[in-house]
Amino acid sequence: MTTDHPNHVLTCALVRANPKFQRLARQRALLAWSLSGAVLAIYYSFIMVVAFAPAWLHLPLYDGSHLSLGMPIGVTIILLSWLLTAWYVHSANTRFDVLSSQILQESRA
Amino acid sequence: MKRLSALLALSPVLAHAEPIIAQKQPLNLHAIGMFFVFVLATLLITWWAARRTRSAADFYSAGGGITGFQNGLAIAGDYMSAATLLGLSSLVFAKGYDGFVYIIGFFVGWPIVTFLMAERLRNLGRYTFADIVSYRLDQTRVRSFAALGSLTVVCCYLVVQMVGAGQLIKLLFGLDYRTAVVVVGLLMLVYVIFGGMLATTWVQITKAVLLLAGGTTLVLMALSRFDFSFENLAAQAVAAHASGVQIMGPGTLLADPINAVSLSLGLVFGIAGLPHILMRFFTVPNAKEARKSVLFATVFIGFFFLVVCVLGYTAIVIVGTDPQFYVDGKIGGAMIGGGNMVAMHLAKAVGGNLFLGFLSAVAFATILAVVAGLALAGASAISHDLYASVLKKGCADEKKEMRVSRIATICLGIVAIALGILFEGQNIAFLVGLTFGIAASANFPVLIMAMYWGGLTTRGALYGGLTGLISALALVIGSPSVWVGVLGHAQALFPYDQPALFSMPLAFLVIVVASRLDRSERADRERAAYADQFVRAQTGLGAAMASSH
Repeated sequence: MTTDHPNHVLTCALVRANPKFQRLARQRALLAWSLSGAVLAIYYSFIMVVAFAPAWLHLPLYDGSHLSLGMPIGVTIILLSWLLTAWYVHSANTRFDVLSSQILQESRA
Repeated sequence: MKRLSALLALSPVLAHAEPIIAQKQPLNLHAIGMFFVFVLATLLITWWAARRTRSAADFYSAGGGITGFQNGLAIAGDYMSAATLLGLSSLVFAKGYDGFVYIIGFFVGWPIVTFLMAERLRNLGRYTFADIVSYRLDQTRVRSFAALGSLTVVCCYLVVQMVGAGQLIKLLFGLDYRTAVVVVGLLMLVYVIFGGMLATTWVQITKAVLLLAGGTTLVLMALSRFDFSFENLAAQAVAAHASGVQIMGPGTLLADPINAVSLSLGLVFGIAGLPHILMRFFTVPNAKEARKSVLFATVFIGFFFLVVCVLGYTAIVIVGTDPQFYVDGKIGGAMIGGGNMVAMHLAKAVGGNLFLGFLSAVAFATILAVVAGLALAGASAISHDLYASVLKKGCADEKKEMRVSRIATICLGIVAIALGILFEGQNIAFLVGLTFGIAASANFPVLIMAMYWGGLTTRGALYGGLTGLISALALVIGSPSVWVGVLGHAQALFPYDQPALFSMPLAFLVIVVASRLDRSERADRERAAYADQFVRAQTGLGAAMASSH
């Protein structure tokens, strides 16, 4: 592993001192934690409705339908999870990775 | 209630489950024929992989040469067990919307793994999740704990899979239970010992493709009976089900909010503590591919879970009103082969014996792939963590380390076969709760804190991890399903079956308090080392590279 390399400690210090690194860490943390919060909030709101207001999910989707409101809500949770995951992976694989490789370029010890 | 309990035993919710005793079925020649084709294909894969598995890196992580798409399929293959196809579709068949709620809980941990864990796992780890936990902490003690956590989870889950496999094969193929357990154990040994991670990965990919294709074909054939109209399906399902319109919304399964929240916490965060799933992130060349692989896995798993849900509702109409699937032709009575066979009966109803044979072979393939992944994770904990890092202090000879990993695999295989036979007909339902409970309460808190909290020290990780492990274990033993259901006492010591709501926060609390109170010199060094770990976590600087192939 390159961690044993004598330049490693110096490189790490250079990376940390780079303002772009601070920006990368901040932006990534903001996106990752807010998306996690969003998914957990959506899911646990759903679980609370299941536990405390189940009748609401039994309402028909439209007049005369046998499908309930609960069906599209459940499917939406899965679809939203897909979209948010894709959003994070796209941001990380483009924006964050570009920033990260710039930082490493600028910090060659 | 009894039928529900029986199907819960195969599905990973474990309420008060009765032992599943499957009746032996007549030999199913279509199923056996297709199963042989699958086994032959996987043995060819293993032979091909064995010639490419030379170093420890090849054995543990397929040399880091798996692409994001391939790994996404393999993760899906690791996660979608036979319980998913059979247990969850039966749950929807019996309980309607409650099954769907349960399915969503099984899925929702994946986005969290993507956001918080995938890239850090890849950047910081090499072969096992203990690499990350012990990155800046005391190797000997922290790795020993991580290996203990891994092995506990692996062994519990192996028993669940082996017992499920024995029952399922007895049902589907008409083979003797013990023969079935031994066959599964031996095939698992062959894949892992000769082919290592490369063979295991391709067995999982093959299985995931078969399962996705089989499930999709089945749901399309079933939906064609309803002219592909969900409105039509819902109307007929409501008319056919004993609970009528109740199946379109939440019912009684999750009526107790505390048990429901505890269960969901275990499911959501348990994923991020399952060693065989975590290990998959080390098989890709870099963090970018690791992220892509969870995105693909999330899409495949979510899609398959939706398919399973629709299968359950179509089965209410197609299987639930057909006397040929009930004992003595009594609709609403005992189902032939037990409550878990709904998806199989549906396959027979819409696709005939040939399709039933195909789906049976897929179900068996599913079990094989999952146990191979588990065995590999357990063997790595023994050889990489306990032998090479704890016993030999990181100076183990690579050849010897690989030999240890193969011996460990054989031992795990023998343990799995022995426990599988020992637990025949036992109530093993609590083991699933225990697996996810320990994964969420011991492995997950220590792992996420090691990644994200600079204040973590060796003492905090050890005390907190062990607290999570022991409290999850104790709460499951004192729960209604074990204390009353298995041990036969009159009153449970602890009112809930799911431990995570209590044991997981407790583990986090002890981690934080013990780390904060740790004033040793070593603790200061460990806190200081976080700065460099953070650089590597963010940029991949110094991360393990893929070996060339």
